[in-house]
Amino acid sequence: MRILRAIFGHGSGRIGGVIVGIYLMIAILGLLGLTPHNPITQFRVDRLHAPNGTYWMGTDLFGRDVASRLMAGTGQSFTVAFFSVAFATLAGAVLGLAAAWLGRRWDGVVMRIMDVLLAFPAILLALLIVTVAGPGTWTSVVAIGIVYTPIFTRVVRGPALSLKAREFVDAARTFGSSSTYIVTRHLLLNLVAPLTVQVTLALAWALLTEAGLSFLGLGTQPPAASLGLMLSDSRNLMETAPWLMIFPGLTIMISILGFNLLGDALRDILDPRMRRAPA
Amino acid sequence: MTPLLSVRDLHVGFGRDPHANEVVRGVSFDLADGETLAIVGESGSGKSVTALSINRLIDFGGGRITGGAMTLKRADGSLFDLIAATEPQLTGIRGAEIGMIFQEPMTSLNPVLTIGTQIEESFRLHRGLTGRQATAAARDALDRVRIPDAARRLKYTPNRLSGGMLQRVMIAIALACNPRLLIADEPTTALDVTVQAQIMALLAELKRETGMSVIFITHDIGLVAGIADKVMVMQNGQAVEQGELNQILDRPRHPYTQHLLQDVPHFANGSATRADGQRDKGENTEPALKVDGLVVRFPLKSNFFSRATGAVHAVDGVDFDLMPGETLAIVGESGSGKSTTAKAVLGLVRSTRGSFSVGARAASAERRAKPVQMVFQNPYASLNPRLAIESILAEPVIANGGRVDTETRARMASLLERVGLPRNSLQRYPHEFSGGQRQRLCIARALMLNPSVVVLDEAVSALDVSVQAKVLELLVELQREFGLAYLFISHDMAVVERIAHRIAVIYAGQIVEIGDTASVLSKPKHSYTKKLIAAVPTIERRREHFEIDTRQVPSLVRPQGFEPAPAKWEQFGRDHMARVEA
Repeated sequence: MRILRAIFGHGSGRIGGVIVGIYLMIAILGLLGLTPHNPITQFRVDRLHAPNGTYWMGTDLFGRDVASRLMAGTGQSFTVAFFSVAFATLAGAVLGLAAAWLGRRWDGVVMRIMDVLLAFPAILLALLIVTVAGPGTWTSVVAIGIVYTPIFTRVVRGPALSLKAREFVDAARTFGSSSTYIVTRHLLLNLVAPLTVQVTLALAWALLTEAGLSFLGLGTQPPAASLGLMLSDSRNLMETAPWLMIFPGLTIMISILGFNLLGDALRDILDPRMRRAPA
Repeated sequence: MTPLLSVRDLHVGFGRDPHANEVVRGVSFDLADGETLAIVGESGSGKSVTALSINRLIDFGGGRITGGAMTLKRADGSLFDLIAATEPQLTGIRGAEIGMIFQEPMTSLNPVLTIGTQIEESFRLHRGLTGRQATAAARDALDRVRIPDAARRLKYTPNRLSGGMLQRVMIAIALACNPRLLIADEPTTALDVTVQAQIMALLAELKRETGMSVIFITHDIGLVAGIADKVMVMQNGQAVEQGELNQILDRPRHPYTQHLLQDVPHFANGSATRADGQRDKGENTEPALKVDGLVVRFPLKSNFFSRATGAVHAVDGVDFDLMPGETLAIVGESGSGKSTTAKAVLGLVRSTRGSFSVGARAASAERRAKPVQMVFQNPYASLNPRLAIESILAEPVIANGGRVDTETRARMASLLERVGLPRNSLQRYPHEFSGGQRQRLCIARALMLNPSVVVLDEAVSALDVSVQAKVLELLVELQREFGLAYLFISHDMAVVERIAHRIAVIYAGQIVEIGDTASVLSKPKHSYTKKLIAAVPTIERRREHFEIDTRQVPSLVRPQGFEPAPAKWEQFGRDHMARVEA
């Protein structure tokens, strides 16, 4: 609660929070199927209608309602983004903590693997993984998760190394505390703030990467809707039916902006130097 | 005659509303040419803020001058208004007319530039010297601060010089343009006591040579005695007392000054020691901790095949025993191996050789963890900021297989009360406590497991002087109550004198003198102990002159397979012995 109040007390946090909140609702409605029309049903007679009272955002080449497809697509894209970021956070935290805590050879091996992964551009690496594993929703989750794991590993390892040298960790060793206890209570607990910020920002990148994969036909498979897929379909009709491109394009842009604003706000709020009371 | 610097009713505030958040509230003083003013106070008293306001560096630290007047008499006799001055004008004043040295010489210099380059910068900026002229000027500046072999050291980067040497470099930079006012903000606090004495002596000599005025900021009223003409005592942003040095030290009028002079530990040459020593009573009790031939070496691997080419002999054959209810102080300078000794006893550092026994049984590293507990130096770093006090106190219990039940909670509450913290502390977080309170929390945490030995590693060094006195008092009470044995590691002789029954002086990884506190401090035998004691600033020795001694602790790096010669000891009195010097 305190953190929500802090977000709304922060200029860009308020804007980001509202945007993310609205898109979350749209996504949930889309996932629950509470859309104005069925996103997959083709109303053959109403092909390529411009936005009007019945079809708020118009219809596409097959006469499907763009607004409904947008809601379902947002739901789909958010699902992939959330699961892939959860994957990356979990894997990154475990690998980063292992590298920092075990040190020496572990640190070297883990971090070199992460360096190799980081050397590839995100979308290229995701493409590679999807090409090998075959397209689909869950392969994109894993692919995007793997792509962002090195970033989380780095975000965790650096601060964990410095926490490891702090006196409260030395103190814990003098009591004979177990490694598990030290790693979870003394390291991980102090990493919650940087991780929260990173999760928010990573959601924005993951959305974009998911859109990229779908655009290339390697993410969500038709007829299911996804933002990238909708953009891809609109390519050839850009001049005759611009609404097909504008709405999903704006959705991607604004939701990423929202996550970035929220992430920046969280970074300010969770900075220990700015914090007066524990979050 | 107009004073060099005149400050009238200075107010400085911080934050969004500096008027409501004043840290300095109405400070006035005058400083004549060639005079030294010492500003004394504890943290938060506003002493550093006052000093930083003079050269307006406070503008960069988020502070605003909210009222008052400050005038500096310039070299040509004209008066310069420091409050109305614009930033470009101030840039001309800083360095040229007002020099400044800071507390941390290690972080005040750029680590990637040679010290020569950094000294030359000052000459380039203010005197327009370039090339060879600037180099020559930099060499002269290093000569002036008594750095031997100046020409070669100009090419060193800061990491190759010790803290004392770096502070000399900082002084050389500050004095490069012959400022008429030098502001020294706790310039010796981060340094060892013998190095501190050298820096103080150097400042006194430079002052005589150049006739500059000095504003010297310190928390240690004992240090003031050797250098100041005038003293200003600050508390809560106000100057509570100011006057001539002798008047302040001999006839303090304000209760706070009296408190600083009396209640705070001052070094008294071994005449203020504790009288409750157990050792003399001849009881044949088992020592609480016995350390035999402790050796800690860190191998150095320098060549390509990772073969050890030598080792750092951090601790090189240390033996001592510690009786229940007794305090053994280990004193020495940084790098002498005193903290490594403590860490080895706790098992935080692996000892190369040597044995420990705790209580009646010889203990392995795992079992040592319980009867020996530790309190660390920095109370801000030794408590996890994310855990409530309850979880912090529970940790040692959980670590040893216990559970947080009614009994544990009762013990937490009683220990909190015993160390003087409110009962509702359990639900609070570390940042809600002051430094002194946090150190009390650390003490309570260390006592959760009923240890027989507590290692106190510089446990009061980070605290303000009056808080320090109270924590020491608490430690003595707890020792009597629980029969604790303390291994007290410190560089502060005044504190050691108050709390230790016995002292071990450690130098370059070896104990050079050990024995009864009163005897060691009043009749030191080893030359190093003598040097250490002579360097402690005291109010009594106020006008004493220090020799400048630039000797450094010898390198602890030894070739592979090196073993020190067995120690020869000479006995003085019943409980006092010193290593025979070669």
